[in-house]
Order: sequence, then structure tokens, then C-alpha cells
Amino acid sequence: MQKRAYFGLYIVIAVLAVLPLVVPNSFYLDLAIRMAINAVIVLGLNLLIGFAGQISLGHAGFLGIGAYASAVLPTHFGWHPLLAMGAGAAVTGLLAAVLARPIFKLKGQYLAMATLGLGIIINIAIRNEATWTGGPDGMPVPAMGLMGFELTSDKHWYWVVALMLSVSVWASINLIDSPFGRALRALHGSEVASQVVGVDVVRYKVAIFVMSAVFASLMGSVTAHYVGFVTPNLADFFHSIELVTMVVIGGMASVYGSLIGAVLLTALPQALATFEGWETVAFGMILMVCMIFMPKGLVPTLAAKFGKGD
Amino acid sequence: MALLDVNKLSIHFGGVKAVQEVSFSIDAGIVYAVIGPNGAGKTTLFNLITGVYKPTSGEIRLDGESIGGKSPNELAVRGVARTFQNLQICMNMSAIENVMVGAHLRLDRNLLKAALRLPTLTRRDAEMRVEAAELMRFVGLEKYIEARADSMPYGALKRLEIARALAMKPRLIFLDEPAAGLNPKETIEVDELIRKVADSGITVVLVEHDMKMVMNLSDRILVLDYGKKLAEGTGEEVRRNPDVIAAYLGAHA
Amino acid sequence: MLAQFLQFLFSGATVGATYALAALGFTLIYNASNVINFAQGEFIMLGGMLAVFFTQSGLPLPVALVLATLIPAIVGIVVEKLAIEPVKGAETVTLIIITIGTSLVIRGLTAVFLGKGTHSLPAFSGDTPIEILGATLMPQSLWVLGVTAVVVVVLWYFFNRTLTGKAMLATSYNSLAAELVGINTSKVLFMSFAMSAALGAVGGILVTPITLTSYDVGIMLGLKGFVAAVVGGLGNGLGAVIGGLLVGILESFGAGYLSSAYKDAIPFVLILFILFFMPRGLFGARVTDRV
Repeated sequence: MQKRAYFGLYIVIAVLAVLPLVVPNSFYLDLAIRMAINAVIVLGLNLLIGFAGQISLGHAGFLGIGAYASAVLPTHFGWHPLLAMGAGAAVTGLLAAVLARPIFKLKGQYLAMATLGLGIIINIAIRNEATWTGGPDGMPVPAMGLMGFELTSDKHWYWVVALMLSVSVWASINLIDSPFGRALRALHGSEVASQVVGVDVVRYKVAIFVMSAVFASLMGSVTAHYVGFVTPNLADFFHSIELVTMVVIGGMASVYGSLIGAVLLTALPQALATFEGWETVAFGMILMVCMIFMPKGLVPTLAAKFGKGD
Repeated sequence: MALLDVNKLSIHFGGVKAVQEVSFSIDAGIVYAVIGPNGAGKTTLFNLITGVYKPTSGEIRLDGESIGGKSPNELAVRGVARTFQNLQICMNMSAIENVMVGAHLRLDRNLLKAALRLPTLTRRDAEMRVEAAELMRFVGLEKYIEARADSMPYGALKRLEIARALAMKPRLIFLDEPAAGLNPKETIEVDELIRKVADSGITVVLVEHDMKMVMNLSDRILVLDYGKKLAEGTGEEVRRNPDVIAAYLGAHA
Repeated sequence: MLAQFLQFLFSGATVGATYALAALGFTLIYNASNVINFAQGEFIMLGGMLAVFFTQSGLPLPVALVLATLIPAIVGIVVEKLAIEPVKGAETVTLIIITIGTSLVIRGLTAVFLGKGTHSLPAFSGDTPIEILGATLMPQSLWVLGVTAVVVVVLWYFFNRTLTGKAMLATSYNSLAAELVGINTSKVLFMSFAMSAALGAVGGILVTPITLTSYDVGIMLGLKGFVAAVVGGLGNGLGAVIGGLLVGILESFGAGYLSSAYKDAIPFVLILFILFFMPRGLFGARVTDRV
């Protein structure tokens, strides 16, 4: 099983390496970059939702903190973008860690409510503090630079993001098959059994929540610099739902499902743009149909069909 | 001094007094059985001692240290293991991973080291996998070493729980109806397995309805009825106790 | 001073009544199926939008209002039959995504057929404000509060005094046992959806003359209804009503005395605060897991 997991990693790396050579134009390169950014966020979120069995309906809020740290700190205070990115991740990590203890005493619907509320509060704060954030209109983000080199071309961004994605896939596979990862999956399988063998369940839930939040924050910063502009929509409830949907459509507790989910749901709005006015209806329909016919998500459903594990 | 000392332990759920002022003590190295009619409070007693429930009053001491109200994971650190009457197997994992989870506290749980796949961590994990396979053979699950948990039959899952508990290298193991739902042949095998576990030096506490098994295995027996202690002693003493006879024949004296 | 206080109280209670109706809708569906219906807010929107549409197309007000309540109820049944019943027992997240998909479809269809504009409805009994100790109360507020009170009483009667209502309650406690004594639990499920959609629609219709409506008001209203249901302890009907009023009133006071910009954040701060100290809401049942 492990061997097959790493084989998948080589395929991911191969695809990422070949992709820039075969994409017909910059539109598709841009799409690929956004897919990869989402894929990293979704990998982290899947560790929380799919593997540890905990729900979060507020992750876009963390993404927003990262994105706005990268916009606000360099613009208003002249911070170096990398420092701003780190600060955003640190603030996110701290916030997530402080709130996670009381939040993860909650279960099921109550947990959904608490994380949803947290995300919405962050979003409202971003919308209201217009002096700093530009309010609902958003604000521009200065370019990411390192030692005199400015990261502006899509080609460069592509390689940066592809590297991040490859490392994230590798780290996720490693984590899942380790004592830490087993404890996460065990508390999903049977919380009481995992406690009885010594797993401090709240600590593990908190750890994976903080980790996935920090991932979302970092990728929020990346998004901000790559797009060059941030709006509060990055942090809104609907975006949180979009991220969760990527996890579930691709397949909960499946690393490669996360990638597929991110790729499909990033491409979908583009594909639906031709429906003029009916995009929302079509998007909603697709979510419903996918979940009704494949409640376990694409990758696990297909894997079961063709008789392969994982 | 006894390994486990329980003193006037009680728990109430609303108005229901599920366990009332129960006291007993268990010496290290013995097999101790808790018996009683359905609803007598046996599983509740296990849940209290293993930290799943918090006692309303009373005291639990392990090696002299008060452990009443501590959480299950804190008790795991102190070498307390258990199995469940209603199976608590992680169906989202393979059989051997379920056993390896039992060794949670004996392994390096560091997140960063795991994500970076540091050799020290993976080497120890690979050794643990070998040890877990060994434990599966010990409990008679050699057929299922490569299996997924959700593909195993009921009887095998009962043993998988025992293997997981043993992977903790516990001092004290609580087995909640290990033979329930098993056929006579499987029951004899579990009987032998518990004997082997006890012989390896682990103190065994057992809830079981199969009287032959209880009498055969146990050094001492505690009888509960309606949440109260009815009798305690060796198999012979308990068998001759008039209160016990009355309770089991259904005629309350 | 007092006038201002009363003013906030009136407007808070009025909005709170709408939240209470939405929260009752959440509670009904949650009890019948353990599903958190994220499309609940869309029924509120649909009620308001349809009422506007029917009155504008010349139907007399009472007919328009009945239609605007019935159609969402039918939509609720369709949703239950097509999207919820086929996936009974699926994971919470899966169900959440299905109901969110549903909400997108309802919102999208409304935008396509009824447009993206903001609409209002004439108040049912005029706009002459009533003065009480210096504060003004709009007659429409009385409609909202009155109808909500009637609905609560009718629901109480239904669940405590009628066989169908008792069957629905029984299903919420233990659906397997209910099925064993001959209750048609699948009928209970679709009745819950119809009733909760109708409740949402009624709230949406009543409040539209005060707050206006458009195709996208459903999300926030629905989420606040969810907050109200959780405040009261999910599954507790009376808790939902109290939760709704509490959320509405605190929101109104918060907006008035603290910061109107953060008005929408108040319910969510409130719910986090409550959950941190009372993990099952104000009136939620304490449960012990059996192992």
C-alpha cells in the first residue's frame, strides 16, 4: 500500500514537470497554478476532515488572514513580503491554537457551527476595516521579491507552486503512515478506543487543525502575491464551502482524491462560464449529483469499483 | 499492597445509581472476574476504572496513586489497557494498523519528524510493524495480518482488540466480555489466549457471562447486582454464597 | 434613553422572530434526519421573493401569501425526495454539501426567473407607526410577532396533542423504534421538510416589508437561523424560539450600542461564546456515550 502511495507521488511530479511544455497558452498555465494552490490547501484540509474526521466550515477565514497579511503589512508598513507571509502564518497558527481547544471539545454539528462562525467573523472584520484592507473592494498586493529577483512571470510562479505541491504530497503520505497519522485516523475510527490506547484526542485534533490552518494561511499569501490583488471573497463562507467540497468530491481520506477534487473544482467555474446566468444552478446541481451518487467521493468510489485499496 | 484498590465507588446518571459504593482490590498477577446479571453495572464499572466515565464519588487507586477521574489516555500512560463489549475497532484502518495504534505511547509521535520521514522514526515504525504481526500471531490472527479491519469476521475482531491492548505492553488489562458472540470452539481458544496473557505477567480483569470460562480462569470473582457488590472471593466461595445463588436463581432473598 | 432601548428591543424582537421560525425549521429537519439543512435560508428568501412576485403580478395579497408559502413547501418536499432520502445515513459533511448544492440551485433559479433586483412588499396594515413610550413600533412588526406566536402555539399543539405530531417526535428520539411500532418514518421525513420550508417562507414573507428582499438574502438569514437553533440546543423546539429572539435582540442592541458595521458578526460571536461554555447550547440535552 505504501509503495503504491509513493508511486502516485512520482506520477504527480512527472505530470507537474511535463505540464508547462504541453499547455497551449497562458490561460491554462494560470489555471494550473490556481489548481496547484488549491490542491495544497485541500491536502491540509483533508488531513483534518478526511483522516481525522473533524469538520471545518471556516478555513477560508485562515486563508484570508494569510492573504491580507501579505497585502497589508508590505503596503502599509513596508514589511518584506516573506516576513509578512510568515507573520500571517504565525497569527493564523496562534489564533487557531488558542481557539481550537474549546472548539474541539465540540462534536459534529456544534463543531460545524463554531468553525463556520469563526470564518464569518474573520470575513466581516476584513470587510469592515476598510482603512487597512480596502473594504469590500479589496486592495492590490505588492510583488513577491527575493534578493533583487521579482517573482512576476507565470512560468516562475508555476515552478514555485509545483514544488510546494510536490513537497506537500510527499509530506502528507509520510504523515499518514506514521504514529502521528495513525493516531489521527484512529480517533476518527473510534474516539474512545484511541483514548484508551493513550491518544490525547483533543491535542491531536488541535495539532491537525492548526497545521491545516497554517497551510491555508500560507497559500492565501501565495494567492495574494500571485494574483496581485485581494478581495474579502477569498475569506468568505462560500469559499470555505468550496474548499470542503474539493475534499469531499475528490474523496475523504485520500491524498490523490484531494488533488483530483482541487483540479476539478478549480476548473469547473471556467467550464460553466458558457452557461451564462445559469452557472450557480449548474454548480449546485453538480455538487448534489456528485454527492448523491458518490457520497464517498471520486477516488475512493473508483478505487472500490476497480478493486484497489487506497 | 494491591495493584488496584477501589473504595466506595459510585456513579449516578440522573436518578439511576448504576454503581453504588463498590469496594474491592486486585493483587498483581491474578485473573479477576466481575460477574452479575445484565444491567448489574459491570461495564459501567470498567468505564469508571478506565476513565471513560467520571465517578460521582469514591476512590480508585493504582499502585497507591489516586486515578479516579483521570482521562483514559492518562491511564494508558500508567499501563491500563482494555477491550470493549461493543467492538471499538477502527474500520478505516488495516488490521495491523489497529494493533500498531495500541503501541501509540511507545513510538515517536512527533509531527514534523513524521512529515519529513526521518529514518529514526521510520526504522522504529518498521520494527513495530514486525512486532504487531507477532502479536497478531500470538492472538491467533496470522491469517489476517494483511487484512483490512472491515473485512474481518466478528470473532477475529474480538481478538484484534486484545492484540491492540497487548501492544500497549500494559500492566493491567480489562477484557469486557471477550467471549460474547463467539461459538464454543472460539470460546475455548479465547479462554486459552487469556491464560497465555495472564501467564505473561499481565494482571487480567474480566467481565464474562460464560460461567465455565470464569470459573476456569479466575483467581477471584466479584459479583455485582443492581450496581451493588453482592459477594467477592474465590470461585468456590462465590459459588456457595447464598446471596449469589438467590440472585442467579432470580429469587431475591 | 428608554425610548432608544425600546426601539432596539422592538426591531430586535421582530428580526428575532424570523430567526426563530428559521431555527424551528432547522430543528424539525434535524430531529427527523440529523441533517443540518443549509438550504433553510433559501426558503426564507423564496417566501419573500414569491410574495413580491405574486402581488406584483396582480394577485390579491392573501392568495399571493398562500402561494408564497405553499410553493416553498413543495420545493422542500422535492428536495427531500430527490436529494436527502437517497443518501440517508451518509456522513455529515456529505449531507452538508448536498444541502449547500440545493441552496445554490434554489438561489440560482430565483436569480434567473425573478431577477437580481431588490424588492419590497407593502406592509399588511399600513405604515402608520404606533408610539410606545417614545419608541415607534411598525404595524408590520406586530404581524411578525403575532404570526410567530400563533405558529409556535400551533406547533406545540401539533407535537403534543396530535398523533402525527407525536409520531414525528417519536421518530426524532429513536427512528428505528418508531419504525418498529409502525410509524412511517419516510413520511415523517418529508413532512418535516415541507413544514420547515413553509416555516421559513412564512418568516421571509412577514419580514420582507421591513427588511426588503433579493435573491441572495438567504445565506445570512439561514446561517443566523442555524445560530439560533444551536443557541437553543439543537433539536429543542422551545430552545429554537428563545434562541431566535435572543440572537435578534442581541444583534439589534449590538448594532445600536456597539457597532453597526459588525452587526452581522454579533450572532457568531455569541454562538462561539455560548459553545465554549455550554457545548450543547443553552437547553441541549446532556448525553453520555455508551461504549
